[in-house]
Amino acid sequence: MTDTAADRVADSPALSASRGRLIGILIPTAWLLLFFAIPFLFVIKISLSEAAYSVPPVSDFLIWQDGWPVLQATWANFALILDDPLYLQALLGSLRIAAISTLLTLLIGYPMAYAIARAEPGMRTPLLLLVILPFWTSFLIRVYAWSTLLQDQGMINSALMWLGVIDDPMRMLNTEFAVQLGIVYSYLPFMILPLYATLERLDGSLLEAAADLGARPATTFWRVTLPLSLPGVAAGCLLVFIPAAGEFVIPELLGGPDTLMIGKVMWQEFFNNRDWPVASALATILLLLLIVPILLLDRTQSRAEQG
Amino acid sequence: MRRGSFLTLCLWAGFAFLYLPIIVLIVYSFNASRLVAVWGGWSVKWYGELFRDPQVLGAASMSLQIAAISATVAVVIGGLAGYALSRFGRFRGRTGFSTMLTAPLVMPEVITGLSLLMLFIAMEGLVGWPAGRGMTTVIIAHITFAAAYVAVVVRSRVAGLDRALEEAAMDLGARPLTVLRRITLPMLMPGLLSGWLLAFTLSLDDLVIASFVTGPGATTLPMLIFSKVRLGVSPDINALATLIVAVVASGVLLSGWIMLRAERRHARQVRAAFRREGAMDGN
Repeated sequence: MTDTAADRVADSPALSASRGRLIGILIPTAWLLLFFAIPFLFVIKISLSEAAYSVPPVSDFLIWQDGWPVLQATWANFALILDDPLYLQALLGSLRIAAISTLLTLLIGYPMAYAIARAEPGMRTPLLLLVILPFWTSFLIRVYAWSTLLQDQGMINSALMWLGVIDDPMRMLNTEFAVQLGIVYSYLPFMILPLYATLERLDGSLLEAAADLGARPATTFWRVTLPLSLPGVAAGCLLVFIPAAGEFVIPELLGGPDTLMIGKVMWQEFFNNRDWPVASALATILLLLLIVPILLLDRTQSRAEQG
Repeated sequence: MRRGSFLTLCLWAGFAFLYLPIIVLIVYSFNASRLVAVWGGWSVKWYGELFRDPQVLGAASMSLQIAAISATVAVVIGGLAGYALSRFGRFRGRTGFSTMLTAPLVMPEVITGLSLLMLFIAMEGLVGWPAGRGMTTVIIAHITFAAAYVAVVVRSRVAGLDRALEEAAMDLGARPLTVLRRITLPMLMPGLLSGWLLAFTLSLDDLVIASFVTGPGATTLPMLIFSKVRLGVSPDINALATLIVAVVASGVLLSGWIMLRAERRHARQVRAAFRREGAMDGN
């Protein structure tokens, strides 16, 4: 007999099922803890360190003095950020641009999601595929495409001048408008998908009942459809707002020097100025601002699953 | 029907908005002129230039390798996570588990990239691994955020599975591993496949996170495109974009077709099984 007791125990279906459960939870948990959660602690550590001319360009966080460890933590980086109007402007600017873009995405995405949800059942999957397809092609290249479209000699200006709407090219590239356009364009699928999911589940008999009771279509929309789709609205808005607030590629390629967004400022601090502590402090502040929206998103998703 | 036509108008205007830049890119990839504003006649010279550029070819091969490896590992980790979230009911730490899977979906890339770099540097100091930054660190970073996307896909797929089949197999005495291999995995295959494709494209697309965690010698395709785009208009990027669009569109159509076929076959098998059962009941 080569069978050990452990082998026989493992053979019992119930036990090996619970072992399978454990593996199913432990592997992803370990990976995400190590490579997603714990790294934030190092960012916080660096944000409390001093910059130095060394590799890496940060002074030691913990030094030994007379055999005792001494913590070299400093609030200087945070104080610098809160003192400098440039950083504050970038922080507020990011939140403002992200909020406006989210609202615009909702205004464009809602009718689209509604139209797909009310299309013939056989048409819904192909239409959804059309929404998702651009998302599968390089994001960087799609943003770059807008930069060529929005140029002074680009297609939009040429078309408007040819139509006689304008006489001189409008400055569109390198403005905040271009950044908002880029965000709306890039994140539109993230708005449409959760909206579609709630609108598609909407009970059609409720709409019929409202119509039978004499409600006009507009009233039915405001009093029945919209309130029932609010979970989708919340999920879509959060899915757009949170990543947009820290966007780097879009303000870099479409924004101007005066379009301050925190993601871009952080990138410049890190790569151009090699100021790791300030970049880390900016990341920490952005993370703190986004924790509540992230928890809200997690909440809306678990609730959507339950009911 | 007035409202219906208003909605239809919105939908097609939205599609025009989504596809206009892509169509313009494709058309201009065949423009003989170097200037975007000038149409110099049809030409395929930018494609020739692309294939003669060793930098582009090197970066493309680097990106494809990173995407293939990270997508494969992400499917395992994200698949387990999605299955656990959908099937294991309440377990200790479930809220934290689900938050850790939701957060990477929306976390600004600058934060993810910076924090992973800080981790890698700290780990190198503490345990000597990973030694330096390069392909390995980019792969680890891509696995992490792609796994979260795979988990979403698999989670919704598992929720739609008929549990009765697995229970029936268990009742017939199949061991959990056999049930997993013979019943659960085949039924999950379409979800795992689309999860893999999603992870693959996400990895192929990532500029920001890779820029933070990469090292000398590991330049990915988005990093190369970004440096070209920042220098000004380069028409060979249009050609590259057109190729990416062509590959992705055919990949999506192909996987859609495979999934449709798998679903039909599955439905046929279930119907056949019920017919057999009915015949046995009749005996």
